[in-house]
Amino acid sequence: MKQQIEGSQAVAQAVALCRPEVMACYPISPQTHIVETLSRKVKAGEIGNCQFLNVESEFGALSVLIGASAMGARSYTATTSQGLLFMAEAVYNAAGLGLPIVMTIANRAIGAPINIWNDHSDSMAMRDAGWLQLFAEDNQEAVDLHIQAFRLAEELSCPVMVCMDGYILTHAFEEVDLPTQEQVDDFLPPFEPVQVLDPQDPVSIGAMVGPEAFTEVRYLAHHKHLQALEAIPRISQAFQDIFQRSSGGLLKQYHTDEAETLLLALGSVNGTIKDAVDDLRTEGWPVGAIQLCSYRPFPSHALRHVAHNAKRVIVIEKDLAVGNGGIVSGEVKLALQGLPTIVDTVIAGLGGRAISKAAVIDIVKAACLEGLEEPHFLDLNWEAINRELTKQAEQRRSGPTPENLLREIGLSSGKAL
Amino acid sequence: MIEIRIHGRGGQGVVTAAELLAAAAFHDGKVAQAFPSFGSERTGAPVTAFCRIDTKPIRSREPVTHPNVLFIQDSTLLHQVNVFSGLSDQGIVMMNSTRKAEELGLNDWIVQHPEVEIYSFPASDLAEKHLGRSIANVGMVAGFASVTGALTKEAVQYAIQEKFPGKLGALNVQVAAEAFDYVSSHKIGV
Amino acid sequence: MSYQRVKFYQTGTFTVGNRLLDEGDRTVQARTDRSNSLNSGHRACQGCGEALGARYALDAVMRATQNKMVAVNATGCLEVFSSPYPESAWQIPWLHSVFGNAPAVASGVAAALRAKGKTDIRVVAQGGDGATVDIGFGCLSGMFERNDDVLYLCYDNEAYMNTGVQRSGATPARAWTNTTQAVGTEPGNPMGIGKNLPRIAMAHGIPFVATASVADLHDLETKVTKAMSIRGARYIHIHVPCPLGWKSDPAQTIKVARLAVESGLFPLFEAEGGVVSDRTPIRKQVPVEQYLALQGRFKHLFNPRDEEALAAIQAIADRNIHLYALLPTKPAMET
Repeated sequence: MKQQIEGSQAVAQAVALCRPEVMACYPISPQTHIVETLSRKVKAGEIGNCQFLNVESEFGALSVLIGASAMGARSYTATTSQGLLFMAEAVYNAAGLGLPIVMTIANRAIGAPINIWNDHSDSMAMRDAGWLQLFAEDNQEAVDLHIQAFRLAEELSCPVMVCMDGYILTHAFEEVDLPTQEQVDDFLPPFEPVQVLDPQDPVSIGAMVGPEAFTEVRYLAHHKHLQALEAIPRISQAFQDIFQRSSGGLLKQYHTDEAETLLLALGSVNGTIKDAVDDLRTEGWPVGAIQLCSYRPFPSHALRHVAHNAKRVIVIEKDLAVGNGGIVSGEVKLALQGLPTIVDTVIAGLGGRAISKAAVIDIVKAACLEGLEEPHFLDLNWEAINRELTKQAEQRRSGPTPENLLREIGLSSGKAL
Repeated sequence: MIEIRIHGRGGQGVVTAAELLAAAAFHDGKVAQAFPSFGSERTGAPVTAFCRIDTKPIRSREPVTHPNVLFIQDSTLLHQVNVFSGLSDQGIVMMNSTRKAEELGLNDWIVQHPEVEIYSFPASDLAEKHLGRSIANVGMVAGFASVTGALTKEAVQYAIQEKFPGKLGALNVQVAAEAFDYVSSHKIGV
Repeated sequence: MSYQRVKFYQTGTFTVGNRLLDEGDRTVQARTDRSNSLNSGHRACQGCGEALGARYALDAVMRATQNKMVAVNATGCLEVFSSPYPESAWQIPWLHSVFGNAPAVASGVAAALRAKGKTDIRVVAQGGDGATVDIGFGCLSGMFERNDDVLYLCYDNEAYMNTGVQRSGATPARAWTNTTQAVGTEPGNPMGIGKNLPRIAMAHGIPFVATASVADLHDLETKVTKAMSIRGARYIHIHVPCPLGWKSDPAQTIKVARLAVESGLFPLFEAEGGVVSDRTPIRKQVPVEQYLALQGRFKHLFNPRDEEALAAIQAIADRNIHLYALLPTKPAMET
């Protein structure tokens, strides 16, 4: 049923429809509305016999789910940013153990400087942990991806992160078509674990593995992701058959046919990018867009198939590999290696800075007309940066950089507006 | 597309106002999007929220920087925050105040923006009367619906009852009804 | 007490066997149907107190639950010597995640069992002192305060032995470790630091807390059995000598453990709902020196004799004896 609903509420409804058995949660903005809603549903007895644990940390939250999932329970949590990093050891461990936990990442920047707003630094930091990572463009897709994520995770016995832009999606109040319990039950079979703690048939899970077999175990984790490249589109299609709408898949195309320049991005900025593509096409620019829905596994073949005729791919990414540049663009370059396609990196939207349609249009024109330096930082305030660099060069005790910059930009308390 | 920016202070129901607008638009069969200016605002701090209303899907998620409608729930913000930033020259301003716009020190601005319509009315007083709480959001939404016809009265009432179930909803519907009539009958404005 | 104490010292040896007892009074290990949670062939060192304590504790859990149990293990010696692929020594469902999260993982197992209505299956978490008092402390405290239905077993060998003997929050005063070397003006671990986890567990008000020692295995089994008769968060802190880290003779593990108890340095007691409810009295207090002298990690206290340190350690033992009323003649302090 269509509803005008906050993204977090919609996701909580979707997760509840998936009949989770154990949830363990720790508060951190901007994912809190999701788990608050779920805690109420559990307490009201709306999710069967589901157990909701208020734990002492994110590390504790995911650890609880490791135990619950190994016991054969469908397990869910949500986190973001510092919380994801705080649970990092358990993130790798859950994937290494092959436990099909589903976790919402309400994508948010990582400090310092502390920043609660959206970018993709958090889930990118965990990109090699072995979890599948699916990115939602809007709240409808966030809802749909959660339902697909449980099926995908449990089929492959591999954990899945559903990434949705913090605040931009979690706090957006928009129209979402929420499925019925019958639809979800048709789509999502009960969890049948491939390994389980069972006194009738005792196994050791998490035993030490030495050099004689470690590489093979790791290869099999990689193999799961290769299987996911097949499973993600298949499950997306199965979803469409039942729910009558297209959601998820490896990637989505927007006016890619005969496009000379392709914009590529993850998450909610794809809405703005599509608006920019429409405007640019009206002006006669042969531009298209690719929305990367599956970031892990990285759909190299699908991407190469879509982009092989393009002259240029502009990757707009909300993250930064400090000391190198783009994270996603590096992987795009690898996918397109051997082709003459130019791949540009545009670092944008860090720490919640809005990416405007006008800026996207400008960057496409600049790239096509003049080329871009690599990497290009969108809307960078060079004046403030240069003043700070000068100060650092002039005095040893130049002070904390973030505070200096705030003062430069006039946001510190002394010069507020 | 109608792009609305709402200014108020933490605790004044600014985000709720945006959500009520979007919910009412949804009930009118339109497409709408509401979102706050994301931050860790505390009670009393300046807060902004946004709403877009259209007849076709809304893809942009940029903050509203060029609104055609402004809500000013707290007139003390007029001289603290650049509330008029980016407002369309033919924009509409819904102002929660017992004073007329001229009395708020906006004369120069009004002269410079002759086509902007400013509707100043005591939305929070109406709420105080019915709810015992001077919270302007519901009255502002109803006033906007009344002035522009962009939302039906029924949809606004439905959205209110959905947001505030039970008695609180009924009282808020009274606030909305009075605001709706107040704005249409008082021919307020500059 | 509802069981007969095994009076090892009456046999004139330090053997832990109890073949002289009636069959009904023997430990689980002495029974023909013993459950063998931790099978032979694992890779623990000779004289390992932890392997002994774990086997006795888990076998007692198996007996108490008719084998319907799951064990969660923190990283550490026990995990490493028991599990190297593909030769797991565990005969029970066993899960190892990481170093610092065993209590939370066990909470998750318990939550899944509740969700599935399988509350006849019980869960035990276990780890060494490092996993328990240091890196896993946050998760442990969380498990305690939520009163999750988990028995947590801490095998306390008083340092990080798996990584090669480094100090933990449970390392005793003046003990040598590789990070509290026997050099400087106060050789070994500084006096007056560290934490007492049984007391911290009691402060959570959980239903059952106990200390136990491999010196008294029947007592250990009895406490584990009692713990399994209770629902909610339970904690047993088991003193397990480590010949490697303590620089003691592997053949003397039981003797060393017993001297820790009989000196008063490791008091044996039980607490219910945060209040001490029972304790094991000492028949005859032995000076701490007898305990310390058997361990190379305290060698620097004797050559030359560090009277001040020895007196300070003796004072710790005396305080325990007073606090827990371990000698019948001394009145109990309010606890």
